[in-house]
Amino acid sequence: MTVPERQATLDANHVEERRKGSFARMLRNPLGLGALVLLTAVVMLGLLEPVLSAHDPNFSSLTAVNTPPFSPDYLLGADQYGRDIWSRSLVAINVSVISGLLGAGVAVSIGTVFGLISGYVAKRTDAALSWLFNLVMTFPALILVMILYPITGGDYKIMMGVFGIFISAGIFRLVRNLVLGVRNELYVDAARVAGLSNVRILSRHVLYAVRGPIIIASAFLAVASIGIQAGLAFLGLGSSQLPSFGLMAGAAFLNIYQHPIQMLWPSLFLAVMTGALVMLANAYRDSLAAPNAVPKKPRTHTVVPPIEETGATDSAASIDGNQDQARSKGNLLTVRNLRVEYPQADGTYRSVVKGVSLDVNLGEVVGVVGESGSGKTQTAFSILGLLPRQARVSADLLEIAGEPISAQDDRTLRRMRGSALAYIPQEPMSNLDPSFTVGSQLIEPLTAGMSKKEARATILALLARVGIPDPLRTFKSYPHQISGGMAQRVLIAGAVSSRPKLLIADEPTTALDVTVQAEILDLLRDLQGEFGMGVLLVTHNFGVVADLCNRVVVMKDGEMVESGDVRSIFHAPSKEYTQQLIAAILDENTTRSDPPAAAPSALNKEHAR
Amino acid sequence: MSNPLLKVSDLRLRYPGTGFRTASPEVLRGVSIEITPGETLGVVGESGSGKTTLGRAVLGLARPTGGTIKFDGRDITHMNPRERRPLARDIQVIFQDPYTSLNPSLQIADILTEPLIAQGTSSQAARNSVRQLLDSVGLPANAAQRYPKEFSGGQRQRIAIARAVALKPRLIVCDEPVSALDLTTQSRVLDLLIDLQRQTGVAYLFITHDLSVVRHISHRVTVMYQGELVETGQTPEVTTNPQHEYTRSLLLASPTADPDRQAERRAARRLLRLANS
Repeated sequence: MTVPERQATLDANHVEERRKGSFARMLRNPLGLGALVLLTAVVMLGLLEPVLSAHDPNFSSLTAVNTPPFSPDYLLGADQYGRDIWSRSLVAINVSVISGLLGAGVAVSIGTVFGLISGYVAKRTDAALSWLFNLVMTFPALILVMILYPITGGDYKIMMGVFGIFISAGIFRLVRNLVLGVRNELYVDAARVAGLSNVRILSRHVLYAVRGPIIIASAFLAVASIGIQAGLAFLGLGSSQLPSFGLMAGAAFLNIYQHPIQMLWPSLFLAVMTGALVMLANAYRDSLAAPNAVPKKPRTHTVVPPIEETGATDSAASIDGNQDQARSKGNLLTVRNLRVEYPQADGTYRSVVKGVSLDVNLGEVVGVVGESGSGKTQTAFSILGLLPRQARVSADLLEIAGEPISAQDDRTLRRMRGSALAYIPQEPMSNLDPSFTVGSQLIEPLTAGMSKKEARATILALLARVGIPDPLRTFKSYPHQISGGMAQRVLIAGAVSSRPKLLIADEPTTALDVTVQAEILDLLRDLQGEFGMGVLLVTHNFGVVADLCNRVVVMKDGEMVESGDVRSIFHAPSKEYTQQLIAAILDENTTRSDPPAAAPSALNKEHAR
Repeated sequence: MSNPLLKVSDLRLRYPGTGFRTASPEVLRGVSIEITPGETLGVVGESGSGKTTLGRAVLGLARPTGGTIKFDGRDITHMNPRERRPLARDIQVIFQDPYTSLNPSLQIADILTEPLIAQGTSSQAARNSVRQLLDSVGLPANAAQRYPKEFSGGQRQRIAIARAVALKPRLIVCDEPVSALDLTTQSRVLDLLIDLQRQTGVAYLFITHDLSVVRHISHRVTVMYQGELVETGQTPEVTTNPQHEYTRSLLLASPTADPDRQAERRAARRLLRLANS
């Protein structure tokens, strides 16, 4: 689990009040609320057309020809045929709304239904449907709608329906790809095992999960339909008796030199409707994308240096007497009173590491153990300087190999990371870039100090050293071509390639099988002895601790519970929490001894139902 | 009691190849297991050994290419989805990943009532049973109105267990149900599973890579390696006195939480490896 993810899961427990639907969240966005209000207002104007219109939209009055706007009786003026622009606009709103609904509705229904089927059933059905919709996609929709004019007879509703069919291919592909991503989720499997029918699984689990992008895409399709309808009417395709913004714009266009203001009204209405729809879709997308986003901090907060040195070493160092002795021998890592805090939505800070002090001596392996959420990874990452930017890190003292680290100079830490400090991650695969070969990624940090040829020879030797059977082949492989165990060996080779003094390993074997884990642990032990490295090992597995570590630090809720020699922690833990942790280890010597439970008789079972 | 609840005989499975006439390797190569009512059979193996596929075949999520699966004497190997639907009352599942096995957009109450409603329980009756289900897995009643993301990994796994036992099944396939959990959570969830088994007499097909988990919950253990079963027997025998070499190496590979005993185990493993090479 990476740090932001872990942070997200931590946050999830604290944000109950933010458990609101995406629609409610959208309304709290001023952009979304504004767009919705504007759109509703325009649609209401159209719906109230019988009440609000002053004239018949097609009634020509010779006395009213080219009446300027805001005249009595003619709110927006009249066109060159003496027709009331206000009344015509109200009807045109309805035409646009119906066009948008029809075009988007047809496209979304066809695209969603077939997309769901295609993505969920897959195999031949998917191949056939994808082929069909790809074919549809190659047709130029607008031109086809014009060609089909003699058949549709110019009825804009039929034209928009046809247009909807042709643009449904986009929705089909969107839905199909989304469904492909969801159909292998375990909760879909669980629904299948629960005996749900396919239709129910599709509507309840699959469609629900993919609904967001469909809603957004349909808003854009509605915009496209409104625009296309206006364009067709502007070109004169369609009934001249039905006022629409395209027709109105066409009429105003003929009159543009004498009365340009007449062009404004249809354009304005169209712009407001399509603009509001796009804004609404954007606001909805934002509300879907970041349900738990922490609001951006004002700039002044982020300039708090990631690590502050206040120099109060003595007060914190008294935590463990013999640690001070160790320090005087010049130990590798010294941490005093380390704190990590994250900003909250309400502006306060929440600590995830609350004053941790630890030391790693030369050639020593120190384990940091704790349950998830105990702050053990946060501790390791703050030493590496890998925490997300919004994290606020402070320590009374942080020294690596005798050099004080402070984030005022990023450069010291960067130099350290290149030489004295190395890191082995939990997920080997996600720490290799899939687009480069293993070799090129390993060579890169070395080429700063040596020629490419030397670096290559060094890496090949190291790959052989970490137990990779065919180093050259692995060197030339891409990450997806090697197994998880191999990838972890590769990363270990990369970590030790700079001859680090201190190695920080974050759950290095958690993602691996027991047999591979044992080999990796052997390798780490051998390399540690060979290079005399100090190792800080973060893990939740007490078996791994027992195997590798000399000393152990137990953490809980960001605090250090206990630290000491590995034998004393395992055999005589002094703190209650450590005792609980040790007790929770599944005992190796006792196996389940009770006989299989008696099955309730069939009668009982029926009764229980 | 001698009649097995689940009887898998010589099961073979090959996933369809990706290309034209490309043969893919067989994932299951003649697997036979039996589970009696109320019993836990642990299936141990490393990743890629086919243990998850075995579970999926029993659940009807993977299509066997050979052999038979019999549940309560009925052949369920090649049932179509419609025939299979009523079987949900008897066979249920708990998956490994508590984060993706619950639909994030459904409330817990909806997740728990779903299997009940799918099997014809009225929605009111299903709603009424939610509180008792939550209680049986040790979750507070107010959990019903919340969403999966508000729960920790261990709590989510309890919800998944509640969903599995909602229909009072006779067999639950547990696919690494505690592997993603913390140590203390792990032992609590295992104890919950054992308690439920004692109360309801449900049988578990318990798939895991962790030998200490298997020891804790299984009556019998079978060890799987590259699509075949290499050793099957009572838990104490297999886990303390393994006959097959692979089982032995698996035992020695899993680190024990005691520095001194682990050092011995490490030495023994080195010896075994030297002897093999």
